[in-house]
Amino acid sequence: MNDNQEPVLICKDLCISYYTRAGEIPAVVDFSLTVKPGETIGIVGESGCGKSTVAMAIMQYMGANGGIKSGSITFKGQDLTTLNENELRRIRGSEISMIYQEPFASLNPSLKISTQLMEVPLAHEDISKEEARKRSIQMLKDVNLPDPERVMESYPHQLSGGQQQRAVIAMGLLSKPSLLLLDEPTTALDVTVEAGIVKLIADISKKFGTSQIYISHNLGLILETCDRVFVMYSGEVVEEGTVNSLFAWPKHPYTHGLFSCIPLPTTDKNAAPLKPIRGQLPLPFERPSGCFFGPRCDHFKRGLCNKEHFKMEHVEGKASDHRVRCLRYKDIDHAKGLSSDTIKESPEIGKRVLNVDGMKKYYEVKDSSLKALITGKSSRFVKANEELNFTAHESETVAIVGESGCGKSTFAKVLMGLETGTDGEVRHNGKDISRIKVRDRSTKEIRSLQMVFQNPFDTLNPSHSIGGQISRVIKQFGIETDKTKIFKRVMNLLDIVKLPRDFYFRKPRQLSGGQKQRIGIARAFAGNPSIVIADEPVSALDVSVAAAVTELLMDIQREHKTTLLFISHDLSVVRYLSDRIVVMYLGHILERGTTEQIFAPPYHPYTEALLSAVPIADPEVTKRRIVLEGDIPSAMAPPKGCPFCTRCHRKIGELCETMLPPEQLVKDRHVIKCHIPIEELSKIEPVIRIPKKEERIPVE
Amino acid sequence: MKTESMTEMPSAGYGAAIWRIIKSFALLRESWVGMIGACIVLFWVLVALFAPLIAHFDPNASIMPFAKPGTIGVSGHTFWLGTDHMGRDILARIVWGSRTVLTFGPLATLSAYTVGILMGLMAGYRGGIIDDILSRISDIILSFPVLVLYIIVIATIGASGLNIVIAITFASSPGIMRIVRGLVLDLRNRDYVAAAQTRGESDWRIMLFEILPNARGPLIVDACLRLGYVIITIGVLGFLGLGLPPPDPDWGGMVNETRQMAMVFPHMTLFPCIAISSLILGFNLLADGLREISLRD
Repeated sequence: MNDNQEPVLICKDLCISYYTRAGEIPAVVDFSLTVKPGETIGIVGESGCGKSTVAMAIMQYMGANGGIKSGSITFKGQDLTTLNENELRRIRGSEISMIYQEPFASLNPSLKISTQLMEVPLAHEDISKEEARKRSIQMLKDVNLPDPERVMESYPHQLSGGQQQRAVIAMGLLSKPSLLLLDEPTTALDVTVEAGIVKLIADISKKFGTSQIYISHNLGLILETCDRVFVMYSGEVVEEGTVNSLFAWPKHPYTHGLFSCIPLPTTDKNAAPLKPIRGQLPLPFERPSGCFFGPRCDHFKRGLCNKEHFKMEHVEGKASDHRVRCLRYKDIDHAKGLSSDTIKESPEIGKRVLNVDGMKKYYEVKDSSLKALITGKSSRFVKANEELNFTAHESETVAIVGESGCGKSTFAKVLMGLETGTDGEVRHNGKDISRIKVRDRSTKEIRSLQMVFQNPFDTLNPSHSIGGQISRVIKQFGIETDKTKIFKRVMNLLDIVKLPRDFYFRKPRQLSGGQKQRIGIARAFAGNPSIVIADEPVSALDVSVAAAVTELLMDIQREHKTTLLFISHDLSVVRYLSDRIVVMYLGHILERGTTEQIFAPPYHPYTEALLSAVPIADPEVTKRRIVLEGDIPSAMAPPKGCPFCTRCHRKIGELCETMLPPEQLVKDRHVIKCHIPIEELSKIEPVIRIPKKEERIPVE
Repeated sequence: MKTESMTEMPSAGYGAAIWRIIKSFALLRESWVGMIGACIVLFWVLVALFAPLIAHFDPNASIMPFAKPGTIGVSGHTFWLGTDHMGRDILARIVWGSRTVLTFGPLATLSAYTVGILMGLMAGYRGGIIDDILSRISDIILSFPVLVLYIIVIATIGASGLNIVIAITFASSPGIMRIVRGLVLDLRNRDYVAAAQTRGESDWRIMLFEILPNARGPLIVDACLRLGYVIITIGVLGFLGLGLPPPDPDWGGMVNETRQMAMVFPHMTLFPCIAISSLILGFNLLADGLREISLRD
């Protein structure tokens, strides 16, 4: 980075509005930003804070109803707001390119990758097809795609999600843009794949000198990729600074609140629980006067904060580049809140309630092709679950961790009775339920095994009122039969999940994602279940909302002494809330043990890679980087030996490819499925190193 | 918060439900196409309701043959639309005929929808062998030209109002089943369906209470369009002599009876034709309006 160079992009006092039938909606107010050559800027914020709108405004691609109200966007000395469509077209794609969230939506499914890549230089420069092809292949090599010649001749569906996103990044870089906009480029990808893409993005500016604007909701990813960070809230920047100064000394109460919402290695569900930000993001036309964060802020001072809208100001002290939009930042002592004021009691682990013993689930896939008829192989099996063994106790939280396609949701289906197991046993309170479908289970059994679903927009029936849906559960479980008693019970449940009682009459579309998820929790806990399966209940929610829902889920669990089976791909959440962890890969359990055992050596090599892939929003925590090669194999054709052998960075030889590794007992219910002897695995250095308290940078 | 004190059981009655339906029709004002359609349909509904007040003559009485529109009769009343070859007042026949169309049209559509929805729910939700059987049956029915189907059915069971309903149900429920099945295949994978399954709801309850209400949007639009087709069908059946047995007034039948004289006395065929097409146009415009509104939100 060179400070003397002319900035690539300057946004000055930008105000952007959308115009709808309901009137003008100010999406972004008072936004200023300067991007220097080779610099990577991160914009972080929750959904609806206007971060994508900023990106669209820089591209001058606002849609029919959006417009820049005031301010300027200067790109290399040219004001973009004054250019016409033709001039803009020359800049878009060649000088500024953009990479979107979903790679499969940005690639045209009916064109080969080669056509789509070569189009970029052919459209912007006057070069021959051979030259364009040569450059495309070189670029595919640069984004670390193996076998670029084959990729060039593939259609998008023949590539995996990670490969697709690499191809999209290659496409964005082909015209050697000065500025690259990345809008949540890894959100749709699995963690181990994400780790690879993040490494690639972090290398781009070094390799090509491209400036980047990286938009994300994930503070951890911003830390790993960016030089400077902008924190946005409700359409304005509330804090900006270099990565180091902002992560070490966050000044704005909102930034601080965000950090207290994400499970860092230092948080603990009992001793140092997450502190969700209360309230909700205000709608653009409901913003309060003065500080937009005022109504949710713990340090709000009437008469000062709510008087008038104020500008960003420079923070006094060492970091000259650090700016904040808060009048009281000097008075706030963030250290005071740190010494946990709310210590929660850790519940006592009770008797064993769930016993999974050699459970297998195979799906039969019928092949009706002529070839199958001749060879007689008319059916194949997808081995979704292979020999699952683990146990869960009362009041215990067991996390099942794995990437997509590892079989964690299939296991939940068998447990719930939506599918039947192929072999082995799943004993709930001593009774094998793996082969009893839900309709053959008694009401008592159904009631004691309930589920919280993943997608908040899908978990409630949009046609029925909230009250009606909860009442139905109570009636179906036979808890109450009298109408008024049912109504009272629904009110009680709404109180438990901390929602206002008049939600009884609301329709699901009138609720936000977090509120819907709370209703989902109320529904699952309506019949005092002994086991609740939560299938990624917070992965679709914003961080501050997710923290509140997570805390609620654990509070109710603590009170009811419920066993919680928490299915997730996010190891930082899992570390925070679970007592025991089961790591799954391609239908196999590769490692299981208590949370402490999983997070310290000896690790299974896959656990090691997973740990390394999790982005941690703490600059003082150091990680050993392990980036896995390739992608998860298809469940239709899993490797013959160890399921992880195709990507393992510690493969010891042919043995891994030919023989399924044995379960090695480390100690006391900690099991690793690997050919490498435990002694050797124990010698592995820890992946994550957390500095001790006295080594930490003091809070200013 | 004042809602905290909410401890009484609310009494949500049918009044509220009816009010909601009226309110959703008020949304139609936002689409002028839909508004025009609704007005045309409403016009015919009012005509059918107040038929005795509008028509001065008995629709089946032979009074004065071959009268031109506007002729003043012996009794001093005007034949506004003239009379037909048998001396019957065309206005009276059209007005009373609207009752036939507006009774059997919606009835046949409703019946076709009931059968089609039930088949579609079964095929889409249960899948497997049930789906195979129902889909093959519907394939077979759909492979015949519709007109041939009507002729076969009516020829077998005879011509009457009820049999028109049966024939139309037989011929159009497979198409409805296809639509419903497609919608169900998507909706059955939603989490709220899984939630209902995991609390042990019966299949029928899931189909009727969890899935069907969420398929209503496309189905309502389709029902409006299909109502138009059914009215064409009733006209065609009348024209072919397969509709209501004479002498009851029937728009299609009126066209058929007078078509040979159309060159000399165009009013005898023209007015029933206008009646049929205006009603169909009304339903189609209404369907367009509903689709426009449903796409907007």
